[in-house]
Amino acid sequence: MPASGSKAFPVVEVRNLTKRFQGFTAVDNISFDIKKGEILGLLGPNGAGKTTTIHMLLGLITPTVGSIHMFGLDLATHRETILQQVNFSSTYISMPFSLTVEENLKVIARLYELKHIQQRIDDIVKKLEMEDIRHRLTRKLSSGQMSRLTLAKAIMTEPKVLFLDEPTASLDPDIVNKIKSFLKEYQRSEGLSILYTSHNMREMEEMSDRIIFLQRGKIVAEGTAPEIIQRYGQRDLEEVFLKLAREQNGP
Amino acid sequence: MSLGRILALLSRHMYLYKRSFARLLEIFYWPFLDLVVWGFITIYLEKVGMSLHGAVSFFLGALILWDVLFRAQQGIAVSFLEEMWARNLMNLFASPLTVGEYLVATMTMSVLKVIAVGGLMMLFAWVFYSYDILQMGFSLLPFVLNLVISGWIIGVLTTSIIMRFGQQAEVLAWGMVFLFQPISCVFYPIEVLPPMLQSIAWMVPPAHIFEGMRAVLTTGDLPVMHLLWATGLNFGFLVIIVAWFYHTFNICKDRGMLVRVGE
Repeated sequence: MPASGSKAFPVVEVRNLTKRFQGFTAVDNISFDIKKGEILGLLGPNGAGKTTTIHMLLGLITPTVGSIHMFGLDLATHRETILQQVNFSSTYISMPFSLTVEENLKVIARLYELKHIQQRIDDIVKKLEMEDIRHRLTRKLSSGQMSRLTLAKAIMTEPKVLFLDEPTASLDPDIVNKIKSFLKEYQRSEGLSILYTSHNMREMEEMSDRIIFLQRGKIVAEGTAPEIIQRYGQRDLEEVFLKLAREQNGP
Repeated sequence: MSLGRILALLSRHMYLYKRSFARLLEIFYWPFLDLVVWGFITIYLEKVGMSLHGAVSFFLGALILWDVLFRAQQGIAVSFLEEMWARNLMNLFASPLTVGEYLVATMTMSVLKVIAVGGLMMLFAWVFYSYDILQMGFSLLPFVLNLVISGWIIGVLTTSIIMRFGQQAEVLAWGMVFLFQPISCVFYPIEVLPPMLQSIAWMVPPAHIFEGMRAVLTTGDLPVMHLLWATGLNFGFLVIIVAWFYHTFNICKDRGMLVRVGE
Protein backbone atom coordinates (compact mmCIF):
# COMPACT_ATOMS: atom_id res chain seq x y z
CA MET A 1 0.00 0.00 0.00
CA PRO A 2 1.55 3.32 -1.01
CA ALA A 3 2.38 5.58 1.87
CA SER A 4 1.41 8.75 -0.01
CA GLY A 5 -2.16 8.65 1.17
CA SER A 6 -1.32 7.78 4.74
CA LYS A 7 -0.80 10.22 7.54
CA ALA A 8 2.74 9.01 8.11
CA PHE A 9 5.00 11.83 9.33
CA PRO A 10 7.74 13.10 7.03
CA VAL A 11 11.23 11.80 7.77
CA VAL A 12 12.75 14.12 5.17
CA GLU A 13 11.65 17.74 4.86
CA VAL A 14 13.21 19.86 2.15
CA ARG A 15 12.31 23.54 2.01
CA ASN A 16 13.20 26.10 -0.66
CA LEU A 17 16.34 24.22 -1.58
CA THR A 18 18.49 26.06 -4.10
CA LYS A 19 21.96 25.43 -5.43
CA ARG A 20 23.77 27.88 -7.65
CA PHE A 21 27.18 27.22 -9.18
CA GLN A 22 28.83 30.37 -10.51
CA GLY A 23 25.87 31.76 -12.40
CA PHE A 24 24.20 28.42 -13.09
CA THR A 25 21.22 27.32 -11.00
CA ALA A 26 21.29 23.52 -10.68
CA VAL A 27 18.45 23.28 -8.15
CA ASP A 28 15.91 26.08 -7.98
CA ASN A 29 13.80 26.59 -4.87
CA ILE A 30 12.40 23.07 -4.47
CA SER A 31 10.43 21.84 -1.48
CA PHE A 32 9.21 18.32 -0.77
CA ASP A 33 8.75 15.74 1.96
CA ILE A 34 9.42 12.03 2.10
CA LYS A 35 7.13 10.21 4.48
CA LYS A 36 8.03 7.22 6.60
CA GLY A 37 7.88 4.08 4.49
CA GLU A 38 7.41 6.01 1.23
CA ILE A 39 9.29 5.61 -2.04
CA LEU A 40 9.57 8.99 -3.70
CA GLY A 41 10.66 8.96 -7.33
CA LEU A 42 12.79 11.85 -8.54
CA LEU A 43 12.41 12.12 -12.27
CA GLY A 44 13.90 14.43 -14.84
CA PRO A 45 16.17 14.65 -17.86
CA ASN A 46 19.96 14.83 -17.56
CA GLY A 47 20.99 18.05 -15.86
CA ALA A 48 17.61 18.54 -14.19
CA GLY A 49 19.22 18.62 -10.73
CA LYS A 50 18.42 15.12 -9.40
CA THR A 51 21.95 14.12 -8.44
CA THR A 52 22.77 17.57 -7.04
CA THR A 53 19.66 17.28 -4.85
CA ILE A 54 20.79 13.88 -3.55
CA HIS A 55 24.31 15.20 -2.91
CA MET A 56 22.82 18.05 -0.86
CA LEU A 57 20.68 15.56 1.08
CA LEU A 58 23.87 13.60 1.87
CA GLY A 59 25.71 16.72 3.02
CA LEU A 60 28.25 16.46 0.20
CA ILE A 61 27.20 19.76 -1.37
CA THR A 62 26.23 22.82 0.66
CA PRO A 63 22.93 24.38 -0.43
CA THR A 64 23.02 28.02 -1.48
CA VAL A 65 19.60 28.62 0.07
CA GLY A 66 17.06 26.45 1.88
CA SER A 67 16.94 23.83 4.58
CA ILE A 68 17.05 20.05 4.88
CA HIS A 69 15.59 18.37 7.93
CA MET A 70 15.61 14.62 8.57
CA PHE A 71 13.95 12.96 11.55
CA GLY A 72 13.12 16.50 12.70
CA LEU A 73 16.80 17.51 12.81
CA ASP A 74 18.58 20.11 10.69
CA LEU A 75 21.25 18.50 8.48
CA ALA A 76 23.40 21.61 8.76
CA THR A 77 23.75 21.21 12.52
CA HIS A 78 23.11 17.47 13.14
CA ARG A 79 25.08 15.91 10.31
CA GLU A 80 26.53 12.95 12.23
CA THR A 81 23.26 11.91 13.90
CA ILE A 82 21.38 12.12 10.61
CA LEU A 83 23.95 10.38 8.42
CA GLN A 84 24.12 7.50 10.90
CA GLN A 85 20.55 6.70 9.79
CA VAL A 86 20.93 7.44 6.10
CA ASN A 87 22.74 5.71 3.26
CA PHE A 88 22.93 5.82 -0.51
CA SER A 89 23.71 3.72 -3.52
CA SER A 90 24.36 4.55 -7.12
CA THR A 91 25.54 2.77 -10.22
CA TYR A 92 28.05 5.55 -10.65
CA ILE A 93 29.87 5.26 -7.35
CA SER A 94 32.77 2.99 -6.68
CA MET A 95 34.38 1.33 -3.70
CA PRO A 96 38.09 0.73 -3.02
CA PHE A 97 39.01 -1.75 -5.74
CA SER A 98 42.03 -3.27 -3.98
CA LEU A 99 39.84 -4.57 -1.18
CA THR A 100 37.67 -7.65 -1.34
CA VAL A 101 33.89 -7.37 -1.18
CA GLU A 102 33.92 -8.53 2.44
CA GLU A 103 36.72 -6.14 3.44
CA ASN A 104 34.84 -3.22 1.92
CA LEU A 105 31.71 -4.19 3.83
CA LYS A 106 33.70 -4.50 7.06
CA VAL A 107 35.15 -0.99 6.63
CA ILE A 108 31.67 0.45 6.02
CA ALA A 109 30.27 -1.44 9.01
CA ARG A 110 33.02 0.04 11.21
CA LEU A 111 32.44 3.53 9.80
CA TYR A 112 28.80 3.29 10.89
CA GLU A 113 29.90 1.64 14.16
CA LEU A 114 27.60 -1.35 13.68
CA LYS A 115 27.42 -4.16 16.20
CA HIS A 116 27.74 -7.85 15.25
CA ILE A 117 29.54 -6.95 12.04
CA GLN A 118 30.24 -10.49 10.85
CA GLN A 119 26.61 -11.50 11.34
CA ARG A 120 25.40 -8.48 9.38
CA ILE A 121 27.79 -9.17 6.54
CA ASP A 122 26.73 -12.81 6.42
CA ASP A 123 23.08 -11.72 6.28
CA ILE A 124 23.45 -9.12 3.56
CA VAL A 125 25.71 -11.32 1.45
CA LYS A 126 23.06 -14.02 1.61
CA LYS A 127 20.16 -11.67 0.91
CA LEU A 128 21.81 -10.21 -2.17
CA GLU A 129 23.17 -13.56 -3.35
CA MET A 130 26.80 -12.48 -3.09
CA GLU A 131 28.27 -15.59 -1.46
CA ASP A 132 30.33 -16.45 -4.52
CA ILE A 133 31.96 -13.01 -4.70
CA ARG A 134 32.45 -12.12 -1.04
CA HIS A 135 36.19 -12.88 -1.17
CA ARG A 136 36.69 -11.46 -4.65
CA LEU A 137 38.66 -8.24 -5.19
CA THR A 138 36.32 -5.34 -5.96
CA ARG A 139 38.26 -4.50 -9.13
CA LYS A 140 37.26 -7.90 -10.52
CA LEU A 141 33.52 -7.37 -10.12
CA SER A 142 31.20 -6.95 -13.09
CA SER A 143 28.98 -3.85 -13.16
CA GLY A 144 26.04 -5.89 -11.88
CA GLN A 145 28.09 -7.28 -8.99
CA MET A 146 29.38 -3.78 -8.22
CA SER A 147 25.81 -2.50 -8.05
CA ARG A 148 24.94 -5.26 -5.63
CA LEU A 149 27.97 -4.36 -3.51
CA THR A 150 27.03 -0.66 -3.30
CA LEU A 151 23.47 -1.67 -2.47
CA ALA A 152 24.77 -4.11 0.15
CA LYS A 153 26.88 -1.41 1.80
CA ALA A 154 23.83 0.85 1.92
CA ILE A 155 21.35 -1.73 3.22
CA MET A 156 23.77 -3.31 5.71
CA THR A 157 23.77 -0.16 7.85
CA GLU A 158 19.99 -0.52 8.28
CA PRO A 159 19.22 3.06 7.25
CA LYS A 160 15.87 4.70 7.85
CA VAL A 161 16.29 6.74 4.67
CA LEU A 162 17.92 5.48 1.50
CA PHE A 163 18.91 7.54 -1.54
CA LEU A 164 19.19 5.52 -4.71
CA ASP A 165 20.63 7.34 -7.70
CA GLU A 166 19.89 5.26 -10.79
CA PRO A 167 20.69 2.03 -8.96
CA THR A 168 19.77 -0.14 -11.94
CA ALA A 169 21.31 1.85 -14.81
CA SER A 170 23.25 -0.26 -17.34
CA LEU A 171 22.36 -3.52 -15.64
CA ASP A 172 20.85 -6.54 -17.35
CA PRO A 173 17.09 -7.13 -16.87
CA ASP A 174 17.57 -10.16 -14.63
CA ILE A 175 19.69 -8.23 -12.12
CA VAL A 176 17.38 -5.20 -12.35
CA ASN A 177 14.46 -7.46 -11.53
CA LYS A 178 16.25 -8.99 -8.55
CA ILE A 179 17.33 -5.62 -7.18
CA LYS A 180 13.84 -4.14 -7.55
CA SER A 181 12.22 -7.13 -5.86
CA PHE A 182 14.73 -7.00 -3.04
CA LEU A 183 14.24 -3.26 -2.52
CA LYS A 184 10.45 -3.49 -2.54
CA GLU A 185 10.45 -6.34 -0.05
CA TYR A 186 13.03 -4.70 2.17
CA GLN A 187 11.22 -1.36 2.08
CA ARG A 188 7.92 -3.03 3.10
CA SER A 189 9.43 -5.09 5.90
CA GLU A 190 11.61 -2.33 7.38
CA GLY A 191 9.42 0.72 6.75
CA LEU A 192 12.30 2.31 4.90
CA SER A 193 11.88 5.67 3.15
CA ILE A 194 13.52 5.84 -0.26
CA LEU A 195 14.34 8.60 -2.71
CA TYR A 196 14.73 6.94 -6.07
CA THR A 197 16.00 8.29 -9.38
CA SER A 198 15.91 6.41 -12.65
CA HIS A 199 15.61 7.03 -16.35
CA ASN A 200 13.51 3.91 -16.70
CA MET A 201 9.91 5.14 -16.63
CA ARG A 202 8.33 1.73 -16.21
CA GLU A 203 10.61 1.08 -13.24
CA MET A 204 9.69 4.46 -11.83
CA GLU A 205 5.95 3.73 -12.07
CA GLU A 206 6.46 0.34 -10.55
CA MET A 207 8.67 1.43 -7.66
CA SER A 208 7.42 4.87 -6.62
CA ASP A 209 4.52 5.76 -4.36
CA ARG A 210 4.82 9.34 -5.51
CA ILE A 211 6.86 11.14 -8.16
CA ILE A 212 8.46 14.54 -8.39
CA PHE A 213 9.40 15.72 -11.87
CA LEU A 214 12.36 18.08 -12.00
CA GLN A 215 13.09 20.30 -14.96
CA ARG A 216 15.95 22.81 -15.03
CA GLY A 217 16.21 22.45 -11.27
CA LYS A 218 12.52 23.21 -10.62
CA ILE A 219 9.67 20.92 -9.62
CA VAL A 220 7.24 20.98 -12.55
CA ALA A 221 5.01 18.08 -11.57
CA GLU A 222 4.27 16.18 -8.37
CA GLY A 223 1.91 13.36 -7.51
CA THR A 224 1.34 9.66 -8.04
CA ALA A 225 2.22 8.27 -11.48
CA PRO A 226 -1.49 8.02 -12.56
CA GLU A 227 -2.13 11.60 -11.37
CA ILE A 228 0.80 12.96 -13.39
CA ILE A 229 -0.11 10.93 -16.48
CA GLN A 230 -3.70 12.20 -16.30
CA ARG A 231 -2.63 15.80 -15.69
CA TYR A 232 -0.52 15.86 -18.84
CA GLY A 233 -3.04 13.89 -20.90
CA GLN A 234 -0.52 11.22 -21.89
CA ARG A 235 -0.72 7.45 -22.04
CA ASP A 236 2.13 6.67 -19.68
CA LEU A 237 4.97 8.21 -17.69
CA GLU A 238 7.39 7.83 -20.56
CA GLU A 239 5.25 10.10 -22.74
CA VAL A 240 5.05 12.64 -19.93
CA PHE A 241 8.82 12.48 -19.59
CA LEU A 242 9.33 13.02 -23.32
CA LYS A 243 6.87 15.92 -23.41
CA LEU A 244 8.49 17.69 -20.46
CA ALA A 245 12.06 16.93 -21.54
CA ARG A 246 11.38 18.30 -25.04
CA GLU A 247 9.88 21.42 -23.51
CA GLN A 248 13.15 21.83 -21.61
CA ASN A 249 15.39 21.17 -24.60
CA GLY A 250 13.27 23.08 -27.10
CA PRO A 251 11.84 21.76 -30.40
CA MET B 1 35.36 12.28 17.83
CA SER B 2 34.75 8.57 17.35
CA LEU B 3 37.61 6.11 17.82
CA GLY B 4 35.59 3.46 15.97
CA ARG B 5 35.38 5.54 12.79
CA ILE B 6 39.09 6.41 12.99
CA LEU B 7 39.93 2.71 13.30
CA ALA B 8 37.57 1.97 10.39
CA LEU B 9 39.56 4.26 8.12
CA LEU B 10 42.85 2.78 9.35
CA SER B 11 41.59 -0.74 8.66
CA ARG B 12 40.74 0.34 5.09
CA HIS B 13 44.42 1.29 4.55
CA MET B 14 45.72 -1.81 6.30
CA TYR B 15 43.70 -4.02 3.94
CA LEU B 16 45.20 -2.07 1.05
CA TYR B 17 48.82 -2.41 2.19
CA LYS B 18 48.35 -6.06 3.08
CA ARG B 19 48.18 -7.11 -0.54
CA SER B 20 49.70 -4.25 -2.52
CA PHE B 21 53.27 -5.03 -3.54
CA ALA B 22 53.68 -1.55 -5.08
CA ARG B 23 52.77 0.12 -1.80
CA LEU B 24 55.04 -2.12 0.23
CA LEU B 25 57.82 -1.34 -2.22
CA GLU B 26 57.27 2.35 -1.56
CA ILE B 27 57.91 1.71 2.14
CA PHE B 28 60.97 -0.52 1.78
CA TYR B 29 62.59 -0.05 -1.63
CA TRP B 30 63.25 3.71 -1.85
CA PRO B 31 64.42 4.17 1.76
CA PHE B 32 66.78 1.22 1.30
CA LEU B 33 68.26 2.67 -1.92
CA ASP B 34 68.60 6.11 -0.34
CA LEU B 35 70.50 4.61 2.53
CA VAL B 36 72.81 2.57 0.31
CA VAL B 37 73.74 5.57 -1.86
CA TRP B 38 74.26 7.99 1.02
CA GLY B 39 76.13 5.33 2.97
CA PHE B 40 78.66 4.94 0.15
CA ILE B 41 78.97 8.72 -0.21
CA THR B 42 79.86 9.08 3.47
CA ILE B 43 82.36 6.21 3.25
CA TYR B 44 83.95 7.92 0.24
CA LEU B 45 84.12 11.26 2.04
CA GLU B 46 85.84 9.65 4.98
CA LYS B 47 88.30 7.78 2.71
CA VAL B 48 89.39 10.88 0.80
CA GLY B 49 90.15 12.35 4.19
CA MET B 50 87.69 15.19 4.21
CA SER B 51 87.94 16.81 7.58
CA LEU B 52 84.29 16.28 8.41
CA HIS B 53 84.10 14.86 11.87
CA GLY B 54 81.51 12.08 12.09
CA ALA B 55 80.44 12.22 8.45
CA VAL B 56 78.49 8.99 8.83
CA SER B 57 76.52 10.35 11.74
CA PHE B 58 75.80 13.61 9.96
CA PHE B 59 74.65 12.16 6.67
CA LEU B 60 73.01 8.91 7.68
CA GLY B 61 71.37 10.50 10.72
CA ALA B 62 70.11 13.35 8.56
CA LEU B 63 68.87 10.94 5.92
CA ILE B 64 66.91 8.84 8.41
CA LEU B 65 65.37 11.95 9.95
CA TRP B 66 64.56 13.40 6.52
CA ASP B 67 62.72 10.20 5.72
CA VAL B 68 60.72 10.59 8.93
CA LEU B 69 59.52 13.96 7.63
CA PHE B 70 58.94 12.65 4.11
CA ARG B 71 56.95 9.58 5.21
CA ALA B 72 54.91 11.55 7.74
CA GLN B 73 53.89 13.91 4.94
CA GLN B 74 53.19 11.06 2.53
CA GLY B 75 51.13 9.18 5.10
CA ILE B 76 48.60 12.01 4.88
CA ALA B 77 48.81 13.07 1.24
CA VAL B 78 48.97 9.57 -0.27
CA SER B 79 46.11 8.37 1.96
CA PHE B 80 43.97 11.09 0.41
CA LEU B 81 45.12 10.11 -3.08
CA GLU B 82 44.13 6.50 -2.37
CA GLU B 83 40.58 7.68 -1.63
CA MET B 84 40.60 9.90 -4.70
CA TRP B 85 41.84 7.13 -7.01
CA ALA B 86 39.27 4.69 -5.60
CA ARG B 87 36.53 7.37 -5.89
CA ASN B 88 35.77 6.61 -2.27
CA LEU B 89 35.47 10.16 -0.91
CA MET B 90 31.71 10.14 -1.41
CA ASN B 91 31.34 6.93 0.60
CA LEU B 92 33.42 8.43 3.39
CA PHE B 93 31.93 11.89 3.64
CA ALA B 94 28.33 10.73 3.15
CA SER B 95 28.88 8.60 6.26
CA PRO B 96 28.97 10.00 9.81
CA LEU B 97 32.77 10.37 9.50
CA THR B 98 33.83 13.92 10.40
CA VAL B 99 36.66 15.94 8.87
CA GLY B 100 38.45 15.86 12.23
CA GLU B 101 38.24 12.05 12.40
CA TYR B 102 39.49 11.83 8.84
CA LEU B 103 42.51 13.98 9.69
CA VAL B 104 43.29 12.04 12.87
CA ALA B 105 43.09 8.76 10.93
CA THR B 106 45.51 9.97 8.24
CA MET B 107 47.86 11.38 10.89
CA THR B 108 47.84 7.99 12.61
CA MET B 109 48.51 6.38 9.25
CA SER B 110 51.51 8.64 8.81
CA VAL B 111 52.87 7.64 12.25
CA LEU B 112 52.55 3.96 11.29
CA LYS B 113 54.45 4.64 8.06
CA VAL B 114 57.17 6.51 9.96
CA ILE B 115 57.55 3.60 12.40
CA ALA B 116 57.82 1.10 9.52
CA VAL B 117 60.23 3.12 7.37
CA GLY B 118 62.24 4.60 10.25
CA GLY B 119 62.64 1.21 11.93
CA LEU B 120 63.78 -0.36 8.70
CA MET B 121 66.27 2.40 7.91
CA MET B 122 67.74 2.23 11.41
CA LEU B 123 68.17 -1.51 10.94
CA PHE B 124 69.80 -1.14 7.51
CA ALA B 125 72.14 1.61 8.76
CA TRP B 126 73.18 -0.55 11.69
CA VAL B 127 73.70 -3.72 9.62
CA PHE B 128 75.49 -2.17 6.62
CA TYR B 129 77.33 0.82 8.11
CA SER B 130 77.47 0.00 11.85
CA TYR B 131 75.63 3.26 12.43
CA ASP B 132 73.29 3.41 15.39
CA ILE B 133 71.12 6.52 15.39
CA LEU B 134 69.88 5.60 18.86
CA GLN B 135 73.30 6.64 20.17
CA MET B 136 71.80 10.11 20.18
CA GLY B 137 69.76 8.85 23.13
CA PHE B 138 66.59 10.46 24.41
CA SER B 139 67.52 13.76 22.74
CA LEU B 140 66.38 12.17 19.51
CA LEU B 141 62.78 11.60 20.60
CA PRO B 142 61.52 15.22 20.81
CA PHE B 143 63.14 15.98 17.45
CA VAL B 144 61.52 12.96 15.79
CA LEU B 145 58.12 13.93 17.23
CA ASN B 146 58.57 17.44 15.88
CA LEU B 147 59.53 16.09 12.46
CA VAL B 148 56.38 13.98 12.39
CA ILE B 149 54.30 17.09 13.14
CA SER B 150 56.14 19.01 10.42
CA GLY B 151 55.31 16.14 8.06
CA TRP B 152 51.63 16.41 9.05
CA ILE B 153 51.65 20.14 8.32
CA ILE B 154 53.11 19.67 4.84
CA GLY B 155 50.81 16.65 4.27
CA VAL B 156 47.64 18.53 5.20
CA LEU B 157 48.73 21.50 3.07
CA THR B 158 49.35 19.16 0.12
CA THR B 159 45.99 17.43 0.62
CA SER B 160 44.15 20.76 0.69
CA ILE B 161 45.70 21.73 -2.63
CA ILE B 162 44.92 18.34 -4.23
CA MET B 163 41.33 18.49 -2.95
CA ARG B 164 40.95 21.99 -4.39
CA PHE B 165 42.66 21.41 -7.75
CA GLY B 166 42.11 17.67 -8.28
CA GLN B 167 44.24 15.22 -10.22
CA GLN B 168 46.41 17.88 -11.85
CA ALA B 169 47.87 18.61 -8.40
CA GLU B 170 48.46 15.01 -7.29
CA VAL B 171 52.17 15.13 -8.13
CA LEU B 172 52.49 17.43 -5.08
CA ALA B 173 52.00 14.37 -2.86
CA TRP B 174 55.59 13.44 -3.75
CA GLY B 175 57.01 16.83 -4.69
CA MET B 176 55.75 19.33 -2.10
CA VAL B 177 58.06 18.23 0.70
CA PHE B 178 61.14 18.80 -1.50
CA LEU B 179 60.18 22.46 -1.75
CA PHE B 180 61.04 22.65 1.94
CA GLN B 181 64.25 20.60 1.72
CA PRO B 182 66.71 23.42 0.80
CA ILE B 183 65.55 25.62 3.67
CA SER B 184 65.25 22.70 6.11
CA CYS B 185 69.07 22.42 5.97
CA VAL B 186 68.96 18.65 6.19
CA PHE B 187 72.53 17.91 5.10
CA TYR B 188 74.29 21.23 5.78
CA PRO B 189 74.31 23.87 8.51
CA ILE B 190 72.02 26.85 8.19
CA GLU B 191 74.91 29.33 7.86
CA VAL B 192 75.59 27.87 4.39
CA LEU B 193 72.45 29.62 3.14
CA PRO B 194 72.46 33.21 1.88
CA PRO B 195 71.31 35.64 4.61
CA MET B 196 67.84 36.12 3.14
CA LEU B 197 67.20 32.37 2.98
CA GLN B 198 68.57 32.00 6.50
CA SER B 199 65.84 34.34 7.75
CA ILE B 200 63.23 32.20 6.01
CA ALA B 201 64.80 28.95 7.22
CA TRP B 202 64.55 30.07 10.87
CA MET B 203 60.77 30.24 10.37
CA VAL B 204 60.67 26.60 9.22
CA PRO B 205 60.47 24.02 12.05
CA PRO B 206 62.60 21.32 10.30
CA ALA B 207 65.56 23.76 10.07
CA HIS B 208 65.59 23.97 13.88
CA ILE B 209 65.25 20.21 14.12
CA PHE B 210 68.18 19.43 11.83
CA GLU B 211 70.31 22.14 13.44
CA GLY B 212 69.40 20.61 16.78
CA MET B 213 70.32 17.13 15.58
CA ARG B 214 73.74 18.35 14.50
CA ALA B 215 74.21 20.05 17.88
CA VAL B 216 73.37 16.78 19.67
CA LEU B 217 75.92 14.94 17.52
CA THR B 218 78.72 17.44 18.08
CA THR B 219 78.16 18.46 21.72
CA GLY B 220 75.99 15.65 23.05
CA ASP B 221 73.72 18.22 24.73
CA LEU B 222 70.04 18.82 24.00
CA PRO B 223 69.72 22.22 22.28
CA VAL B 224 66.69 23.48 24.17
CA MET B 225 66.24 26.69 22.16
CA HIS B 226 66.06 24.83 18.86
CA LEU B 227 63.60 22.41 20.38
CA LEU B 228 61.39 25.19 21.74
CA TRP B 229 61.42 27.05 18.42
CA ALA B 230 60.59 23.89 16.48
CA THR B 231 57.75 22.98 18.86
CA GLY B 232 56.31 26.50 18.93
CA LEU B 233 56.43 26.93 15.16
CA ASN B 234 55.00 23.46 14.61
CA PHE B 235 52.12 24.12 16.97
CA GLY B 236 51.31 27.46 15.28
CA PHE B 237 51.53 26.09 11.75
CA LEU B 238 49.49 22.99 12.65
CA VAL B 239 46.62 25.11 13.97
CA ILE B 240 46.71 27.33 10.87
CA ILE B 241 46.93 24.45 8.40
CA VAL B 242 44.10 22.44 10.00
CA ALA B 243 41.90 25.55 9.92
CA TRP B 244 42.92 25.99 6.26
CA PHE B 245 41.95 22.35 5.53
CA TYR B 246 38.46 22.87 7.06
CA HIS B 247 38.10 26.06 5.02
CA THR B 248 39.13 24.30 1.78
CA PHE B 249 36.82 21.37 2.56
CA ASN B 250 33.90 23.77 2.98
CA ILE B 251 34.78 25.58 -0.26
CA CYS B 252 34.85 22.21 -2.06
CA LYS B 253 31.44 21.30 -0.61
CA ASP B 254 30.06 24.68 -1.60
CA ARG B 255 31.32 24.43 -5.18
CA GLY B 256 30.35 20.77 -5.55
CA MET B 257 33.98 19.76 -5.97
CA LEU B 258 34.04 17.11 -3.26
CA VAL B 259 31.88 14.79 -5.36
CA ARG B 260 34.02 15.40 -8.43
CA VAL B 261 37.53 15.04 -6.94
CA GLY B 262 39.40 12.49 -9.01
CA GLU B 263 37.21 12.76 -12.09
